[in-house]
Formats: sequence, C-alpha cells, structure tokens
Amino acid sequence: MVRAENVHKSFGHLEVLKGIDLEVRHGEVCCVIGPSGSGKSTFLRCINHLEKINAGRIWVDGDLIGYRERGGKLHEMQAKEVAAQRRSIGMVFQRFNLFPHMTVLENVMEAPLRVRRESKAQVRERAIELLDRVGLANKVDTYPGQCSGGQQQRVAIARALAMRPKLMLFDEPTSALDPELVGEVLDVMKNLAADGMTMVVVTHEIGFAREVGDSLIFMDGGVVVEAGAPRDVIANPQHERTQAFLAKVL
Amino acid sequence: MSTDVTDVRARPEPIKAVPVRHPGRWVSIAVLAVLIAMFVHVLLTNSAFHWRFLKESMFRPPVVDGLLRGTLLMTLCAMVVGVALGAVIAVMRLSDNPILRSVAWAYTWFFRSVPRLVLLTICGNLGILWSRVEFGVPFDTQLGKLFGISALHLRIGGFTSRDVFTGFFAGLLGLALSEAAYMAEIVRAGIQSVDPGQGEAAEALGLTRGQTLRRIILPQAMRVIVPPTGNETMAMLKDTSLLIAVPVTYELFFQLDAIGHKKFDPFPMYVAACLWYLVLSSLLLVGQYFIERHFSRGYGQQARARMRLRGLAAEQGGGGEGIAT
Repeated sequence: MVRAENVHKSFGHLEVLKGIDLEVRHGEVCCVIGPSGSGKSTFLRCINHLEKINAGRIWVDGDLIGYRERGGKLHEMQAKEVAAQRRSIGMVFQRFNLFPHMTVLENVMEAPLRVRRESKAQVRERAIELLDRVGLANKVDTYPGQCSGGQQQRVAIARALAMRPKLMLFDEPTSALDPELVGEVLDVMKNLAADGMTMVVVTHEIGFAREVGDSLIFMDGGVVVEAGAPRDVIANPQHERTQAFLAKVL
Repeated sequence: MSTDVTDVRARPEPIKAVPVRHPGRWVSIAVLAVLIAMFVHVLLTNSAFHWRFLKESMFRPPVVDGLLRGTLLMTLCAMVVGVALGAVIAVMRLSDNPILRSVAWAYTWFFRSVPRLVLLTICGNLGILWSRVEFGVPFDTQLGKLFGISALHLRIGGFTSRDVFTGFFAGLLGLALSEAAYMAEIVRAGIQSVDPGQGEAAEALGLTRGQTLRRIILPQAMRVIVPPTGNETMAMLKDTSLLIAVPVTYELFFQLDAIGHKKFDPFPMYVAACLWYLVLSSLLLVGQYFIERHFSRGYGQQARARMRLRGLAAEQGGGGEGIAT
C-alpha cells in the first residue's frame, strides 16, 4: 500500500531525512517511533506530499506521490492533481487542526461535500454514523472549542474517515492530550486497525505499538535505525541507539 | 446533585470584609462633573450656536441629499469595491507567483503613498490626460504604421472623459482604489493570523487551494479583519468630505458649509456636521457589533466561559448539561 524508496528531505542546509525505505502492506499497521527531531513526522508528511521530497520515491497504492514519470523524466504535479491524490489518504495531526468556525458535524461533512460533491443528506447520514463510531454522536452540534482534547482528536479521525481513505496517517495523535484522555483516542485507533485499515502511526505510545502494530520502525537522525515486528524490536532491540531510547521511554 | 461528599464539613460563614476604598474615583467624578457643567453652560448660554438655525439647516433638502448620495452611498460603494479589490490584492500578495506578488506590492506602495485629497484631485482631472477613453487592441495605430496602414483603429467602444471622470464616478475611483490598498494589508494580516495547521488539514483532506482559502482560511481570518475594517469604514465616512477636491458638491459637509457662508453664520453649520457624523458613526458601530458576533462563532468569551462551566461541573461530578444552560 505504501512504498518508500531512499527518501531524502532537506530544509535548507539541514538534511532531515537521509534515505528512508518503508513498505507497508494492505491492512497493515506500521508504527514509527523515535526521539524528537529524528524526522519521523517529516517523513509522514512526505507520504501525502505536505512536504516535497528532494530525492527518492514514494508510492501509495501503486501511484507515485507528487510527481508523474513520463519518458524517463519526472514532472511535478499540478496542485489539483496533488489534491486528488490526497483524497484517499487520511491524516490526523498532533494538534487536531479541527476547523474552529464549524460545528463538529460540519467539520466531518466539509470534505465529502466540497471535494466529493456527494449529496448533503447522504454525507450527513454518514458523518453522524462516523461520529457515532468514535463515540461522539451526542457532540454533533457543538463547536470544537467546546470539546476536550480527546474528543477533538476523535472528531479529527472521523473527519479523515469521511473521505473513505485507503490509508490513514497519524502524526503523534496523542501527544497533545492529557494522560487521562489518551486511552479514548487509542481505543478508536485500535478499532480502526481491527477493521482492516492500513495505518502509518508516528507515536510515543510503545504499548500501542506493541499491541496493535504489525511492524515497527525506529528512526533517529533521519535514518531508519531498526525495523521489524514490534514485539521483537521492543523486547529485544539489536541496535545500541534503540536500546537506549527504549530504556528511557519504557 | 452530589453534595453528600462535600457535606461532611460544615460550610464556614461567608466572608464579610470591608471593601477597598477608591478615593481617586470620587475625585475624578467631581472633576468630570465640573467640566461637563462648564460644557453644558457654554452650549446653553453662548448665543453663537444659533440652535434654531442649526436645527432647520440640518434637514434642508440639499443637506439630506448630500448626506444620502455624497456621504452614505459613496461610503458604501467605496468600501464594497475597496474590500473586494483589497481581498484580491491580499491573495495576490501571498501567492506563490512572484509576478502577482510584485504587482500587489507595487499597488499598495503607490496607493498608500498618495494622500487621498491629491488622489481625488487627480481622478477629477483625468480628462486633461485623455479627453476620450477607448477600448480595443493596445498600440493599434503604432502597429498600423509598422505595417504601412495609416490611422488603424481597432476599437470596440469608448467614452468621453467628461461624461465619466467627473462627479460621483471620479470620487468613487479615487476613494475605492486608495481603500483597496489599505484593505489589502488588513486582509493579508488576517490571513496570516490563521494557524498554518488549518491550511494543512484542509489540504490533507483534498480540498483545493481555492476551497481552502474560501471555506477554511478566510472565515477564520474575518475575526481579525472585521475590527480594522470597521475603522476603515468610519475613516471612509469622514473622508467623503474630501470629495470637494473632485469636485463633488452633493456631499454633507460641502452643503452645510455653503449654507453657513451664504448666511454669514458658519459655526452652527460646523456643529451640525459634527452631529451628523456622530450619528452615522454610531450606526456603523452597531453594525460592526453584529458582524463581529457572527464571525466569532466557535471562539471568544462565550464559548470559553461555557467550557469553563462544563469543566467545573465535571470536576464536581455533576452533569455538565444541568449547569451549562
């Protein structure tokens, strides 16, 4: 579903990603862990072309992201084509990024209405269904500012799901939450994984990675230091850097 | 609801303390009272105000006509054009396209640099530059010469300057173009005040740039844009008195001033102008209040206060819904 080959990304002189490879199969949950500044969030943002990569290739569901290859030459995609690619990739942000001027329901309905141009009644029905699925059927008409962090993040997940994505990207979805509220968001993500959604999750929740993840990569300094089955990597890290990191967070 | 837990200890007596005294407030009230009394005294006893003459003149047909056409209608038109054009220029200024960016910069540079009075004078005298304005292929006569055709005219129509670049239209041109430059800066500040995460979230959902701007960014930017736009509207209301430079004569202040000079009694007319501008500005303030309230949906004191109440209710183990109403 996701294939990344030798991805490089620099901000000015600062090289943030130095050759990342990744393979996530259909229905798989891939967790990405690592210290801050290791480039894991940047890599995630490259997958839906929020960041332009400087070298390498990323494919999602067989489609090259952000570029078109024609006659052995790469052509940058138009903004519209990039937008079309993003429709099938859902993203959940650390800071939720809900639209504060819209109610919870309007947040979830916005993209299917404007982008897919589906009928309002249909979109509404499905939005309520999704909000029910994340346990927020009673919050439909409130504004995001009136919801707790955990509730906002669950709305954000419902909003991403409303576009029926093939792939979901999670950028530290629980890092901005009170410890008490982390569980409710992780539960929603677990259910999503159990339903067979393909997910790439940047997280500090080692427990979640162990329980739900099908694969785990540990990044540091812009490279993948270690990758494998979550249980193996967490219980028995091979690399010194991984051992040091896990010793601190576990 | 759940008072049984807190009832274990008896509730202490409510605090009855002597409040802090504020002698400064009493002093300032006394000073203010004297000043107001002096002001009222002048209004009532100074015969130069000629209140009866003032009241009669305020509602004379040419004054009311000047108020409606020259002041109110012009303010409305200039602001509508100014805001629309300003929004376009702001978006150009923030665009990725370097050419649009420079054009927008040059526009705001020029129109913010030239005083409105000067600009209005120029607009009223554009007829000196072009006695007739026509639309068609640019440089058509020069191109014609190049190919040996004399007096080639590829024009689809035009107008005589004297018909258009005078009066209301010339005034509108000057005020609206100048206003657009200021509005462009206000809109730009508004757009830049919106959290960049909002744009990212919209783009990640597959919304196009235009949709993101219209549906997500601008509605949130409005919160920042509306208050200074209220300022601009009020300034515009007052700047319509500059229309005399065009010249436009059906305008509030010009008409009152004219009456004052005709009757050799100008001062009451200046007071009348103040009163009219005060009334109009106050009406604008009311309008601004409602517009601001509309665009603060999901933000602001109310939402935050309600959230605090819910939080409190939750902490005390009570049902939030019961209190939050």
